[in-house]
Amino acid sequence: MKIAIVDYGAGNLPSVERALAKLGAQTERAIAPEQVASARAIVLPGVGHFAAFVNGLRERNLTSSLRDAFESGKPMLGICLGLQAMFASSEEAPGEPGLEFFPEEVRALPTTVKTPHIGWNQLRRTKPSRLLQNIPDDAYFYFAHSFAAPASAQFTVAACDHGFPFAAVIEGQNLAAVQFHPEKSGETGAQVLRNFLESVR
Amino acid sequence: MSLAHRIIPCLDVDAGRVVKGVEFEGLRDMGDPAELAARYNREGADELVVLDISASNQGRGTFLDTIRRVAEQLNIPLTAGGGIRTMEDGRAVLRAGADKVTVNTAAVKRPELLSELAQQFGAQAVVLSVDVKRKGNSWEPYTRGGRDATGMDAVAWAKEAVSRGAGEILLTSIDRDGTCSGFDCALTAALASAVPVPVIASGGASTFEDFLAVYTDGRADAALAASIFHTATHSISAMKKFLAERGVSVRLSR
Repeated sequence: MKIAIVDYGAGNLPSVERALAKLGAQTERAIAPEQVASARAIVLPGVGHFAAFVNGLRERNLTSSLRDAFESGKPMLGICLGLQAMFASSEEAPGEPGLEFFPEEVRALPTTVKTPHIGWNQLRRTKPSRLLQNIPDDAYFYFAHSFAAPASAQFTVAACDHGFPFAAVIEGQNLAAVQFHPEKSGETGAQVLRNFLESVR
Repeated sequence: MSLAHRIIPCLDVDAGRVVKGVEFEGLRDMGDPAELAARYNREGADELVVLDISASNQGRGTFLDTIRRVAEQLNIPLTAGGGIRTMEDGRAVLRAGADKVTVNTAAVKRPELLSELAQQFGAQAVVLSVDVKRKGNSWEPYTRGGRDATGMDAVAWAKEAVSRGAGEILLTSIDRDGTCSGFDCALTAALASAVPVPVIASGGASTFEDFLAVYTDGRADAALAASIFHTATHSISAMKKFLAERGVSVRLSR
């Protein structure tokens, strides 16, 4: 079972690779559409700027293969900027289209709170979640971001509050995405990744 | 539901070993960075900082190798820095496995470096390190490991750095560093209330009460210490229990 970790040219892939490898998953870095198409499941990690991310995908012709994968129901996990890229657009890069799996716009966290939202925070669960199985309700997750998708997004299953309620965990039929970094969230984060791998099997 | 106050052990690294500066004696060996990192990861540290304190730039490859070895042990965030002069230095540190890079001297010399790093890697990856000494009623930043006075004001500099792209401030009181007399809470509070980004307090930590004070009176988002953890004087889990009992939000390990 091969899991493709999408390599858009930046981002800290080794920590995601290491976290998945520790759980016994076989991964490869996907830089070409064929690799996305042939993978059993896809992980879309990301840090940095929304524009750099979506441009990186476009330059590698990965945008349409990711949309195809989404439509065909291939299991997918977005992490941090990888979650944000699944939306239509972001205030971070007006005019740059995202992957458009979801219609909402990603918004800047307001100036009423410390930004970036950096550190360990808890979640408010709103719907049953596969990714959060066997994780206590009061567990902490590591966040590092300045933009976020509104918690009102249709497939939100857990929200977090920082300036406004935002989507911390999203789950659709085969798609999952988290705003926090599971690969940096200690044993709790490892359980999230384990739950994702279970759902792929 | 609330953001936890972070406890951050710091590894000062020279030639691939964790060291502690001792007045008049030079450096004392405190152990292997990867071994200490594994221990802190296990004990519930919320993040780890690794600083290259070697004076020259010759040990760059060794430092990157240390970052790689440390990163392999962690499933928590890693911040690294010390001697970062250019964009390429920053990129190398992040490529080696750090999530954030700290910059001090080079940012004072050329503040644009902060914007360049933030544009490339995001503000959440850029930490401004400010080492300060008290000067009357304010604080003055120093560069080159506390050797050179800048003539600037710490609060004004931190504000400018944030406007240029720094996403976090690592604030060290040179006056308190190594004294075990507690964090400088007045300094930390002054800075934390002036900038819209998280502030990590550093310098002077000795007791559980010091951490309690810096999270409450000092308004720090995170607090960093080195030797008190290395020598196992304090376990991180015991400290977190102490803080939680006094109403400070912390991430209790499972």
